[in-house]
Amino acid sequence: MLNREVVIAGAGPAGLAAAIEAAKAGAQVLVVDLNIKPGGQLFKQIHKFFGSSAHRSGIRGMDIGTQMLAEAEKYGVEIWINSAVIGLYSDKIVSIERGLENGEKELVNIQAKKVILATGASENVVRFKGWTLPGIMGAGAAQTMINVNRVKPGKKVVMLGSGNVGLIVSYQLMQAGCDVVALVEAAPKIGGYGVHASKIRRAGVPIYTSHTIIEARGTDRVSEVTIAELDSKWQPIPGTEKVLECDVVTLAAGLKPISDLVRLHDLDLTFNAVFGGWVPKHNRDMESTQSGIYVAGDTTGVEEANTALEEGRLSGVAAAEALGYLTAEQAKELKDDIWERLDGLRMGPFGEKRMFAKNDILADFPACVK
Amino acid sequence: MALDQNGVITREELINFKQIVSDERYKKGPVAVIECIQEIPCNPCEAACAQGAIKIGMPITELPILDEDLCTGCSICIAKCPGLAIFMVDKTYSDTQALISFPYEYTPLPEKDEIVSAVSREGVVMSEAKVIKVMNPKSFDRTPVVTIAVPKEMADDIRSMKRK
Repeated sequence: MLNREVVIAGAGPAGLAAAIEAAKAGAQVLVVDLNIKPGGQLFKQIHKFFGSSAHRSGIRGMDIGTQMLAEAEKYGVEIWINSAVIGLYSDKIVSIERGLENGEKELVNIQAKKVILATGASENVVRFKGWTLPGIMGAGAAQTMINVNRVKPGKKVVMLGSGNVGLIVSYQLMQAGCDVVALVEAAPKIGGYGVHASKIRRAGVPIYTSHTIIEARGTDRVSEVTIAELDSKWQPIPGTEKVLECDVVTLAAGLKPISDLVRLHDLDLTFNAVFGGWVPKHNRDMESTQSGIYVAGDTTGVEEANTALEEGRLSGVAAAEALGYLTAEQAKELKDDIWERLDGLRMGPFGEKRMFAKNDILADFPACVK
Repeated sequence: MALDQNGVITREELINFKQIVSDERYKKGPVAVIECIQEIPCNPCEAACAQGAIKIGMPITELPILDEDLCTGCSICIAKCPGLAIFMVDKTYSDTQALISFPYEYTPLPEKDEIVSAVSREGVVMSEAKVIKVMNPKSFDRTPVVTIAVPKEMADDIRSMKRK
């Protein structure tokens, strides 16, 4: 059996940030990711990030990904791609189906001292009549097609959902050369940032709030959808139907934390609607209810890349501290800085409900642990 | 209607959030127009301005405040705003025309002297407009800034051009 001091599941912003912090402090780190490239969703994010100018805001997500990979390499982080963590056993034995260069897979068991779970989130779906027609996909899938694979999903898109994902992907679909016919949102208000909504309005995209898709029709693939206005009880108002011609429908109905590994290891979970579902309980070190197992990023509640990055850093610092690579004092200084930035990211009308939700989770951490 | 209902910022909202440039300042030449009224965690504009004309402070969810007197209308903040929410307006360009500069991240880019369709915040075509300048230096990091000449009376309404 191989030994590694820190094994991290997931090479997105949280996992990479954790790896960089732990390795920078001196720990021996392995990151495992099942995709063909590390970086998680960062390389799909071709827009400039918000956040503090002191910490890479104003830089495009894909460029942050490149910077992080370079940093990980500099500190000697080992990254296994095409590899999935398939088991997590007691005493921190991690089973990995490792992808080999020749395309084969092999099963590797690793004895870790610390484990960090940063497995991210997955897209929610919305069901309506005809929702399984070809051409109807998650907004994240469309974003992967245009920004990673450089393939247009179609010509005319109807976007469902006005959170930041719906707004940003609508914009990026137009950058890729598609037309966005309309953005449809069931709530009476736009969910994401006004500035993102304004961008697509200037590009001529109508936003139908209090509307939803009733039905999609088409033979080989979707060719039109019917939308209708919703009343205050979210019921379609008869007579308000409109037909929109399109060959793509993208669904941006939020995400939910991926918690398979968390469940596999029987970590205590708590349900949190703000964060998108069941999330592992954790403390301010991002340590779960089992000592030495940390959680970070969207796995602990769906937020955005900046918060995932900071949570990853926290877990990496905490793991390095627990391994003896940082003194309590050094670690405290780093963690205090990170928490200050996290608090800054969770302020304002969009952020504060996540601040309250995170505080609920921290307050709920069982006193008997640690 | 309001920004959070249809994505279009209203004049009332800009007034309420003190983001209207004064008439006196407009008379002095080009000036940044910031249309950012939601408290989101973001502050690159503050660091972008070499004159120190944009203040956000702490926490970073505070709204940007423009010091009209310090702003030179240099337009660098336009490309630095991740929300694409800063414009430059020059109401002194000529007797009948004003200049509008805006971020434009689509291809193909317009060319100098080309005639394009100027659009409002709603994406409605307001008039034809001549492209005066296209700035796309490396420091703008792939957010080109396009400047068009528009009828002066539409300077408060035109904010972009129709995608080519």
